[in-house]
Amino acid sequence: MHTPRTLFEKVWDAHVVEHAGADAPAVLYVDLHLVHEVTSPQAFDVLRARGLRMRRPERTFATLDHSTPTLPRGADGERPYTNAAAKAQVEALERNCSEFGVDLRGWGSAERGVVHVTAPELGYTQPGMTVVCGDSHTSTHGAFGALAFGIGTTEVGHVLATQCLLQRKPKTLAVTIDGPLGHGVAAKDVALAAVAAVGIAGGTGHVIEFRGSTVRAMDMDARMTLCNMAIEAGARAGMVAPDATTLAYLKGRPAAPRGEAWDAACRRWLALASDEGARHDREIAIDARTIRPSVTWGTDPGTAIAIDALVPAPHDVASRKALAYMKLEPGRALAGTPVDVVFVGSCTNARLPDLRAAAEILAGRRVHPRVRMLVVPGSEEVRRLAEAEGLDRTFLAAGAEWREPGCSMCIAMNGDVAAPGELVVSTSNRNFEGRQGPGARTVLASPATAAACAVAGAIVDPRTYLDTEAAA
Amino acid sequence: MNPIREVVATAVVLPDANVDTDRIIPARFLTTTVREGLGRNAFHDWRYAQDGKPDPKFPLNRVVGESVLVAGSNFGCGSSREHAPWALLDAGVRAVVSTAIADIFRNNALKNGLLALVVDEAAHHRLVEADGAVLCIDVAQGTISAGGMELARFTLDPFVRACLLAGVDELGYLMQREPGIAAYEEARACAV
Repeated sequence: MHTPRTLFEKVWDAHVVEHAGADAPAVLYVDLHLVHEVTSPQAFDVLRARGLRMRRPERTFATLDHSTPTLPRGADGERPYTNAAAKAQVEALERNCSEFGVDLRGWGSAERGVVHVTAPELGYTQPGMTVVCGDSHTSTHGAFGALAFGIGTTEVGHVLATQCLLQRKPKTLAVTIDGPLGHGVAAKDVALAAVAAVGIAGGTGHVIEFRGSTVRAMDMDARMTLCNMAIEAGARAGMVAPDATTLAYLKGRPAAPRGEAWDAACRRWLALASDEGARHDREIAIDARTIRPSVTWGTDPGTAIAIDALVPAPHDVASRKALAYMKLEPGRALAGTPVDVVFVGSCTNARLPDLRAAAEILAGRRVHPRVRMLVVPGSEEVRRLAEAEGLDRTFLAAGAEWREPGCSMCIAMNGDVAAPGELVVSTSNRNFEGRQGPGARTVLASPATAAACAVAGAIVDPRTYLDTEAAA
Repeated sequence: MNPIREVVATAVVLPDANVDTDRIIPARFLTTTVREGLGRNAFHDWRYAQDGKPDPKFPLNRVVGESVLVAGSNFGCGSSREHAPWALLDAGVRAVVSTAIADIFRNNALKNGLLALVVDEAAHHRLVEADGAVLCIDVAQGTISAGGMELARFTLDPFVRACLLAGVDELGYLMQREPGIAAYEEARACAV
C-alpha cells in the first residue's frame, strides 16, 4: 500500500532530481519556464558573465507584457513607450531571446500577451508540470494541477542555466469551497473571499489546494482567477486537481499532446488528484452560499466585503492607515462612493469570459461621464476572439477604451496609471498603496462589478444591471 | 558574493504590518535592466515629501549609514520583484528582521546577502525598544545583540547559512548537480 498523497505531493515527488537533506534543499526540475521583460535581463547577464548557455531553451516561453504600451503605434510609426527605459527593457529581452535561442512571442506575434493568460490558452501549461516565472502571479497556472510559483531574478538565472531550482518542500493548505454561487457572484468574488478567509499572510510557507463542489463547477478561466490570487493569501502556489473540465479545455490547444500521447497524458493527469485519505497540513472551509459580489475597502487584497456591507471599524494601526489612504469612513456603505477610473484587465480577469461579463453589463449602456474605463484583453488571442464576437464594439459604443494586450494598469509601469487621489475599480489583484499610480486608490472587484461601477459612476452592486430573475 | 559573518548596523523600526513590494520599490522604477541604482527610489512614495525632499518623519531618513530594518509582520508581501532587496541593499539596509516575512521576498533577499530574519514576538519587541541602537547580527550563532546583550535569536536554513558564511551563491552548487539533472531528464524521457 502506498501512503496516500496530495495533488501537490504527487507533482513535487515527480520533479525531485535530488532529495533534500539536513544540509541542502531539494533540487527540483522545472518543466516550463515563463519569461518576461522585467525580471529577466539581470538573469541573462549572469549567464553571459559566466559564459553559460541556457540548458533548455525549448522549455522556455517568453513574451512581452509588463512594460509594453497598450496604445497602438503613433503617427510616427513608433510604439508609445512610457519612457526610454521601458523600450530598452523590451529590446533587451528581444536581444536575449535571440542570443540564447528562445522563441519570443514578441511584437507582431499572435501568441503575445500577459504571460499567465497566453501560456495556458496555447496549451503550454499542463497538469502535473512544474511551472515557474519571475512573477508572483505564476500561481495562476495551478488551475491545471500544475505546481506553479513565482521566483526572483536570481532564480530565473538558475532555471535558465540548469532548468532546476533549490527548494525546501512547502506545507499544504486545503481550501474547500462548497455550494452554489449566488446571482452575480463571480470567480473573483470567490478568490477575494478565499484571501479574506486565509488572511494575507495565512498561506505563507504553504501551497493551497482549492477543492470542493464550487471549484469543480468552475470552468478553467474561473479556476485561473482563483489560483491567481493564492499569492495574495501569501501562498506561492494554488492548485486545482485536473478533471474532465481541465481535459476539455486543453484538448486541441496548439501545444497540447495529440493522438496516443493525448490519451496517455489524460490517464496520467486524472491520476494526479489527491488520494483518499491524503493529509493536508491545514484545512479551511468556505460556504460559497455566503459569498456575494464583493469589493475591497483597504490597501491589501484581504479586505473584501460584500458590496452592500458597511466599511468596518478599524481594529489596528494598519486598518486605520488604510482607511485614511482610501478616504473611506467606517460604518458607511462603500456603495455610492464616486468612481474615477475602471480597469478591466490583468492576469486575474482579462480572459474571454471576463470580457463577456463586463460587456453584458455595458451592452446598450454608457460609461458614466465622470469615469475613464480601460478594457485591456489578456492576450492577442483574447483580443481576436473578443473582436470576433463584437465585444470591442460594445466597449467602444459604451465609451470605454479598447486597448492592446498587456499588464497595463494592474502594475501601472507602462504609463497606464491613475492620477493621485483617483478611485479605481479594478479587476486586477492588488490594491496596495500606489499600485496603480502614486496616491491612486484601488478597489478590487469582478469584471461585472467593475463594469457596473463604470455605468453608475459610483460603486454599485452589479445585480442592479443584471437580469433579475435569479435575484432573491 | 562576499561572505557575511556579521552585520553591524543601526536599528530602524518600521512598525507597519504588510509592507508590500510596491511600497519597497514602486513598479514605475522597474524599467531597468541592471541591479544597481535602485536605492534612491527605495520606499520612494513614503520616503520623499511632495516637494521631493526626504520626509524626516520616515524612519529610514533619520539614519546615516547602514541599517537593520526592524519591520512589522508579513514584510515583503506581494510581487516577486528582486528589485525590492536590490533597492534595500543599495539604500544601506543590511538586514530585515520581523515576526513574519513573505516567502518570495525572503528567498530573494537571502540570495543577495540581505539578511531576512524571523524572530519571535518577544524578541521583536526587544528590537523595537532598541530603535536607533547599533545591532550586531551574528550569522553563525544566530543571534542579534546590542551592547553585548543578546536581544534575539533566529534560525536560518543550514544551506542558506552556509552560503552566506562562505560567500558562495547557489548557482555554482546547482551547476555541480549536472550529472543528476541529466540522469533525471533521461529517465523521464524513457518513462513517457
